[in-house]
Amino acid sequence: MTAHPGLAATVAEGIGSSPVRPDGRLKATGEFAFSSDLWADRMLWGATLRSPHPRARILSLDTSAALAMSGVHAVLTHEDVPGAKLYGLEHSDQPVLAIDQVRYQGEPIAIVAADHPEIAASAAAAIAVEYEVLAPIVDPEAAVLPDSEQVHAGRPNLLRAVPIRKGDPDAAADVVVSGVYEVGMQDQAFLGPESGLAVPAEDGGVELYIATQWLHADLGQTAACLGLPPEKVRMTLSGVGGAFGGREDVSMQVHACLLALRTGRPVKMVYGREESFFGHVHRHPAKLWYEHGAGRDGRIVYVKARILLDGGAYASSSGAVVANAASLGIGPYDVPNVVMDGEVIYSNNPPCGAMRGFGAVQACFAYEAQMDLLAEACGLDPVEIRVRNALATGHTMPTGQLVEGPAPVERLMRIVGDAPPAPEGADFLPGGTANTSRGEGVVRGVGYAIGIKNICFSDGFDDYSTARLRLEMVGGRPAVLVHTAAAEVGQGLVTVLAQIVRTELGIEQVTIAPSDTRVGSAGSTSASRQTYMTGGAVRAACEAVRARLAERGAPGRDPLTEDVMAALLGDEAIEETVEWRHRPTQALDPETGQGDAHVQYAFAAHRATVDVDVDLGLVRVVEIVTAQDVGKAINPSAVVGQIHGGTAQGLGLALMEEIQVSGGKVRNPSFTDYLLPTIMDMPPMSVEVLELADPHAPYGLRGVGEPPTISSTPAIVAAIRAASGAALTRVPVRPEHIAGV
Amino acid sequence: MRVNCKVNGVERVADDVWEGESLLYVLRERLGLPGSKNACEQGECGSCTVYLDGTAVTSCLVAAGQAIDREVVTVEGLSGEGGLDPVQDAFVRAGAVQCGFCTPGLIVSVHDLLARTPDPTDPQIREALAGNLCRCTGYEKIMDAVRTAARESRA
Repeated sequence: MTAHPGLAATVAEGIGSSPVRPDGRLKATGEFAFSSDLWADRMLWGATLRSPHPRARILSLDTSAALAMSGVHAVLTHEDVPGAKLYGLEHSDQPVLAIDQVRYQGEPIAIVAADHPEIAASAAAAIAVEYEVLAPIVDPEAAVLPDSEQVHAGRPNLLRAVPIRKGDPDAAADVVVSGVYEVGMQDQAFLGPESGLAVPAEDGGVELYIATQWLHADLGQTAACLGLPPEKVRMTLSGVGGAFGGREDVSMQVHACLLALRTGRPVKMVYGREESFFGHVHRHPAKLWYEHGAGRDGRIVYVKARILLDGGAYASSSGAVVANAASLGIGPYDVPNVVMDGEVIYSNNPPCGAMRGFGAVQACFAYEAQMDLLAEACGLDPVEIRVRNALATGHTMPTGQLVEGPAPVERLMRIVGDAPPAPEGADFLPGGTANTSRGEGVVRGVGYAIGIKNICFSDGFDDYSTARLRLEMVGGRPAVLVHTAAAEVGQGLVTVLAQIVRTELGIEQVTIAPSDTRVGSAGSTSASRQTYMTGGAVRAACEAVRARLAERGAPGRDPLTEDVMAALLGDEAIEETVEWRHRPTQALDPETGQGDAHVQYAFAAHRATVDVDVDLGLVRVVEIVTAQDVGKAINPSAVVGQIHGGTAQGLGLALMEEIQVSGGKVRNPSFTDYLLPTIMDMPPMSVEVLELADPHAPYGLRGVGEPPTISSTPAIVAAIRAASGAALTRVPVRPEHIAGV
Repeated sequence: MRVNCKVNGVERVADDVWEGESLLYVLRERLGLPGSKNACEQGECGSCTVYLDGTAVTSCLVAAGQAIDREVVTVEGLSGEGGLDPVQDAFVRAGAVQCGFCTPGLIVSVHDLLARTPDPTDPQIREALAGNLCRCTGYEKIMDAVRTAARESRA
């Protein structure tokens, strides 16, 4: 769908092309300013004292030794928080600084500003805290029971329950398969740790330069905690070193501003890697109970499932995560009868929230394992069982929502099913350069999976983005400045927004202004929503600019030559600001889970080929084939880059990535012990992109970032099962699970 | 402590350096060269890779004092008046840059690989870059960039 035929062809680097990203050169030369690179005259360094205990009462807190240290300028506790003492994305339940108790290991208790980061760290260590250590509440299955001790006194540990009921709850079937599955706690592990620079302003307010996913959500929470009106807190996006959900919550935003306002000096805070593991939420660990009933032909009759997510100490976005897990919890399949219960709880484990895939990841691991069990029970192959049950346009989801627009589940499965097999042999065997095998004990396996993800915010949320466009003559040529508050986190939004303007207005010179809060909210860079939402807002702003040009006498809707544009503009700029919304969604009914809760569905399928050393339990992924419908590839190169990267994070969850928590304590908060896929772990990946337009979306596009993360994990595990015969009901898979030792 | 060293061809001096500081800290916070990144402090991620007397090292694991009277080249030193180094150029064009935090370290590592092995095989590329973590790209377009840079550097 092209709004204005002919326009796109008139200017290079519009939608559908792959111009290089405007910040690419600066990033390649080291000149691009990430939030951790900022510096200001008279700048101080902030540090945070964190709880070593997952659950404790704070009996006393003495900052005098820290304050007495040379080079220390401020030491603050909860008593120094002038505004709201609590903050949070969905519920304000998290203290800015701990108040008389701590609920997770790593909870911030006090903050320090000093001349040097080492002095700040030493001062934080010099704060004397007397704890009464309590037994942490860490078992989700016990914590969810009504008589459990409470993490938050007076509040049940069950943070949100999402029941979904469709059809006959007592439906029976000839073939029944069941399983219990577990998903470990994954970390976003963005490479650029949390950081920012707060600068006190002359009006008593503060400027914060910050790496985040959502400037306005940070602003609202920070201003409330500082006790300042929102206009006195101004935020500018600094360079963001990856996000993947882990920057949707506030980390050091309030702390840096508190220290800057107290000291009257700029304060920089930069977490190290270990602190980063405690400084942001993680992917919810999950336990999932599934029962599938089907006819002997493999057609699913019913799914009964329970999904239990551990939200940890504070709510973050847990309520939305469990709604996703439950509402997408049977996968992209047409199932007449569904009994689904999603639950998320409080515990004294690390807080969990947004991570790429957002609830859909955990469910997909379980329902895709079930599909393979069903295939085996019915004597079908893994592609056929999925095709036979494939969701399609006109079906209804378990929530009762009609599936509109393309839903090419069958086609995506056929693409990965029909792809040529991976080449024989491999550059590396399992064990890699450790040379643990010369090929003996190595078995090849192939596995398939497909997933479903909602795009944009769901469940009745008022989801919008704001774009301001300024069209004026610059150096004798028309030029457009695009101003939004949208967070570029690496995905390439800055490239895409300029492409949209070029296509809509036929103007080559497009500049993306730094994102800040001088313009309205763009919403979060999450839920794969920014190209849809801020892209949609920018397109709408282009329409508004074009209407103004028409008022000045622009001839028709044909593309304007630069001369005509120059004559219409003269020295008077056109500026338009547009707030743009996707179509509204409904909240899920709290009893039945019914409602048109989602804006758009997106699908990706994977085929994974693995070599497994079945004696040692080592795996090497040989090849991954992905097929994904993106509606319209605004920037085909960036689309493929998202699919590669998302697939890699799914490989990490399948094989190696887990924050290991024991008794509420994190055992591996470092890149030595929390393993990320390296270039040695990643196989060649081939990607097939479909462009089946969604009639409701700008240009027909579908969000791209999350779907590839969802199905790569189960595809890889299915391939390991095929090679090894091991049941593998938990990710990440460990060698002992495969070798059976 | 005073640290004298040559950085990107220029003699530099940093005063009042605390003995515990790394070369990475001195580059970033005292010499105004924040191109080298700190992502793990343990030599696991490669984001801080620089040349020290011609050898690629993770500068987070080099004590500042070890760099005294030695020669350091950072990512900022690879691009000259003539524009981008072929490795930098290939990374930008191939779409190998997303968030970009790993990019400076990767570029130094690839620069070092191609200096030693101008025509690397895919397995050689993977082995050479096994110490550079990237969280965004899944490494596919990084492989493309390295192949392109190798081809164009030889031409």
